[in-house]
Amino acid sequence: MANVPEDLHYSKDHEWVKVDGDQAIIGITDYAQNSLGDVVYVELPKAGEEFAANEPFGSVESVKAVSEVFTPIAGIVVKINESLADEPESVNSDSYGEGWMIRLKMSNPGEVDSLLTAAEYEDFTKAESE
Amino acid sequence: MRYIPNSPEERSEMLEAMGLGSAEELFDSIPEDLRLKRPLNTPAALSEIELLDRFERMGARNAGAGRISFMGGGAYSHYIPTIVDHILSRSEFFTAYTPYQPEISQGTLQVIFEFQTLVCQLTGMEVANASMYDGSTALAEAVLMAERVTKRSKAVASTATHPQYLEVINTYVQHAGIHLELVPFAEKTGQSWQALAAAIDDETAALVVQSPNFFGCIENLLALADAAHAKGALLIVAITEAMSLGLLKSPGACGADIVIAEGQSFGVPLSFGGPYVGLFATREKYARQIPGRLVGEAYDKKGRRGFVLTLATREQHIRREKATSNICTNEGLIALAATVYLETMGRRGVQEAAHQCAQKAAYAARAIAKLNGYSIPFTGPSFNEFVVRGPGRAVELLSRLGKEKGIDGGIALSRFMPDRPHDFLVCVTETNSREQIDRFIQALTEL
Amino acid sequence: MTFNKVTTHISPNEQLIFERSQTGRIGYRLPALDVDEIELSIPSEFRRDDDLEGMPEVSEVDVIRHFVRMSTWNYSIDLGMYPLGSCTMKYNSRLNEKVARIAGFANLHPLTEEHDAQGALQVIYELQQHLAEITGLPGISLQPAAGAHGEMTGIMIIRAFLDARDGAAASHRRTMLIPDSAHGTNPASAHLSGFSVKTIRSTPEGLTDLEHLRELCAHGEVAGLMLTNPNTLGLFERNIKQICEIVHEAGGLVYMDGANMNALVGVARPGDMGVDVIHLNLHKTFSTPHGGGGPGSGPCCCTKELEPYLPVPRIVKSSDSTYGLDYDQPKSIGRVKAFFGNYGMMLRALSYTLTHGNDGLREATEAAVLNARYVAAGLIEDYDKPFAGAPMHEVVFTDKRQSRKGVHTLDIAKRLIDYGFHPMTIYFPLIVQGAMLIEPTESVGRQELDQFIAAMKSIAVEAVEDPELVLNAPHDTRVGRLDEAAAARKPILRWKAADERR
Repeated sequence: MANVPEDLHYSKDHEWVKVDGDQAIIGITDYAQNSLGDVVYVELPKAGEEFAANEPFGSVESVKAVSEVFTPIAGIVVKINESLADEPESVNSDSYGEGWMIRLKMSNPGEVDSLLTAAEYEDFTKAESE
Repeated sequence: MRYIPNSPEERSEMLEAMGLGSAEELFDSIPEDLRLKRPLNTPAALSEIELLDRFERMGARNAGAGRISFMGGGAYSHYIPTIVDHILSRSEFFTAYTPYQPEISQGTLQVIFEFQTLVCQLTGMEVANASMYDGSTALAEAVLMAERVTKRSKAVASTATHPQYLEVINTYVQHAGIHLELVPFAEKTGQSWQALAAAIDDETAALVVQSPNFFGCIENLLALADAAHAKGALLIVAITEAMSLGLLKSPGACGADIVIAEGQSFGVPLSFGGPYVGLFATREKYARQIPGRLVGEAYDKKGRRGFVLTLATREQHIRREKATSNICTNEGLIALAATVYLETMGRRGVQEAAHQCAQKAAYAARAIAKLNGYSIPFTGPSFNEFVVRGPGRAVELLSRLGKEKGIDGGIALSRFMPDRPHDFLVCVTETNSREQIDRFIQALTEL
Repeated sequence: MTFNKVTTHISPNEQLIFERSQTGRIGYRLPALDVDEIELSIPSEFRRDDDLEGMPEVSEVDVIRHFVRMSTWNYSIDLGMYPLGSCTMKYNSRLNEKVARIAGFANLHPLTEEHDAQGALQVIYELQQHLAEITGLPGISLQPAAGAHGEMTGIMIIRAFLDARDGAAASHRRTMLIPDSAHGTNPASAHLSGFSVKTIRSTPEGLTDLEHLRELCAHGEVAGLMLTNPNTLGLFERNIKQICEIVHEAGGLVYMDGANMNALVGVARPGDMGVDVIHLNLHKTFSTPHGGGGPGSGPCCCTKELEPYLPVPRIVKSSDSTYGLDYDQPKSIGRVKAFFGNYGMMLRALSYTLTHGNDGLREATEAAVLNARYVAAGLIEDYDKPFAGAPMHEVVFTDKRQSRKGVHTLDIAKRLIDYGFHPMTIYFPLIVQGAMLIEPTESVGRQELDQFIAAMKSIAVEAVEDPELVLNAPHDTRVGRLDEAAAARKPILRWKAADERR
């Protein structure tokens, strides 16, 4: 059973969003890392880059596959998780903690409200796996 | 047919066992009107004896193959140790498949890992791939890679680059939104590095320099690396005569960002142009942008070391249209040939062969320069190739040398540059004895 | 009978050559330098100053033992069957190898003037003729060095043709349609020619969805369609004529990936189906050896209309029967490689064609399809076959039944190694979950086919009765499953001397 923390927002592309003031931290969910398998490389943008909602900001690679990662909300990158360069496996072992990917300054703070709640995401993933 | 194990009788039995009346029924899913109703209009089968006779006769019609040769221009006659072909001919190497199943392909994988290492050692770079088709396509792919890395769309090369290599770059970049700008080489020196250095700007993705260049002249890579990096551009060094790496400073040590080479000089027969092997090497920071296969070290559960194809997410079978290249099959067996060659010749042998090439070429050049009506027009330093200017038209001279003296004296430049009718490119290698060189000089005086 | 393996056996433990190297060892001998040594005019700053440090120093015996030991770790066609779908791993004849080594070809410089290379050019010309007859397409270039290279060439030809035909309007025609079952080189090659890719669905039968094709073609931006026939599921696209018509009517061209020609040679011709351009894989259909990853050769064949766009030079025969190089092709897409292509593979392919003869070529096709059909019939009780259509030269199965017990395609493939076979193609095509694509080729006899079927049946039983055995396979190889994730995270792509590693 995949882990789905209550206090986060979720997207249908399997990203999670944690609000921290006017900033948001984004990563991929436990369900996503489980489907991908062992993560070997994470491609991240540079600080200062701006993204619209649902735009891909990077990619996650396993041995045999590569998946784009999308930001569910618009914003400007403030910080990226540099430790993923040396330890991409954090995405597998701690997808909501050490596996965080980027920190954005939100362009439209209200946008998070249109994302899925934990319960809604859980239902969504259950439906997907059937 | 002796290559088909199942005899016609066995095949009949198999058909029957599956409820099929005839071999024709195997093709029921092909519409009737698309099926050939006649035999192929290709020759009837030949026995081994007849076939070999046919090919021997065709082979005998290639007068060029038996002559003393001073031809270079992108393909070189070097000594190939006898054991190279023996090892290549082992079933386990040449009839093996691409090593996608590492547990039963460790032979191929370890060979490639050694190949990658040797390429890095020779070029002075940090990462090398498992091979490209040849030098020309490796160069084209290097230009594409420079565009990916710098996100700029201009490449600058000189007219002292092998003309066929320039053609191939143009074919590859024509739809990639990359513009290849050409600058002329200096008529006095035969070098092009000053013009190249002057042509870089902030739009340049890469400077492309061949060294030794098409005329055999060695370019100043250190100066070019500085010029390129000052503008945020990459330096791509192309080498057609890989043996030069045994004598010249490695492009890596000079600051190159990508090095490509034609590896044919390392244990690969001329074979009328192919199969050859493209070497491709770069800095570690660009490893994920590199085209082609990569072999890396890996360990199993018991801690035993093995090798695997790795970083495959760059490649076509995973990334598809976003892949770093469309390359799949490369030149595995030829890379093996180069690996056997380099390990047989080793650290000492490659340097000795390179040394002999340079000394013999210098000997030949000095002797030719003394002949009446002959000169060495370019003053730039060279390794084993140099341009000779003769009194008459080079095409005629070389043709007579071949027919009357049994010597292939070089390559007429007018075949590539019509405004150079008297010039021809001469190459000397460790396979040219002093006697051969003296005969060549003698022949030039007689014609 | 069982026996303990000697744990420090020298053969499996052969190290890297760099780890074997001993200073002072020598593996070669050149004649002594016979010219007077002089001070070269190469400035010292251009000269090597590292003495090629790190490069190995070994004796000839070390080299022979090194490579022979490593060779024992490889599976190969000479050892046994490779049931690799889409690869056509057929017998690599020794006669072809002898032909390729004839001195008159092996020692011929590619820039030899035409009049001194007539025999060499004749080989190219004759092979061109035979391939034109086999494909039903008169325009040929043997310059591409591999299938993907031939693909790139073919797609560039399409691009050049459309640009010439439609002028400025061609800039709106930049979509290449590719089936969801296509080989990865297809979209990669399309991209190189400046096309974007749209995917066509397959029907539940496994064939191209004509309705979807019509829908996609209705927008007017379709430059062409790339397809494989038989497709990557081993099924012949029986609507191929209609498919070509739909694309042509929409103003596009049809490219065929010729990887599966082993099902068609002597039986049906792409040119007759309406295909405009195709590439062949000499290292598949024409038996040139795979060599552990090449060299290949990917001839590009096209209609008369597209001929002017082929790479230069063209190899031609004049009225007085001399062979020559024609560079006067202003519409050509240009050169795709220096010199003529992988000439050594052309020699081998011509030898293959002449050894089989026209009836032998057809016989090989029949035997290849028969073998695949036979394997399909042998496995159908134990493995899930997703498509009911009669397979041509290859057949696809899935791990659907076995995965219920936690055993997947990868595990089945690895366990097959313990039975002495190379695994089949796995996880391709992508549209089939857990795909296992099997292509025996004509080079396998019935007993060996039966052994393969028996091995697969045995694995199916193990998957139920002793799944651990399958999940931990292979058991008897020099190394077990390697940790590819760790290898990709911290790639070590070359040997480094001790001091460099710090």
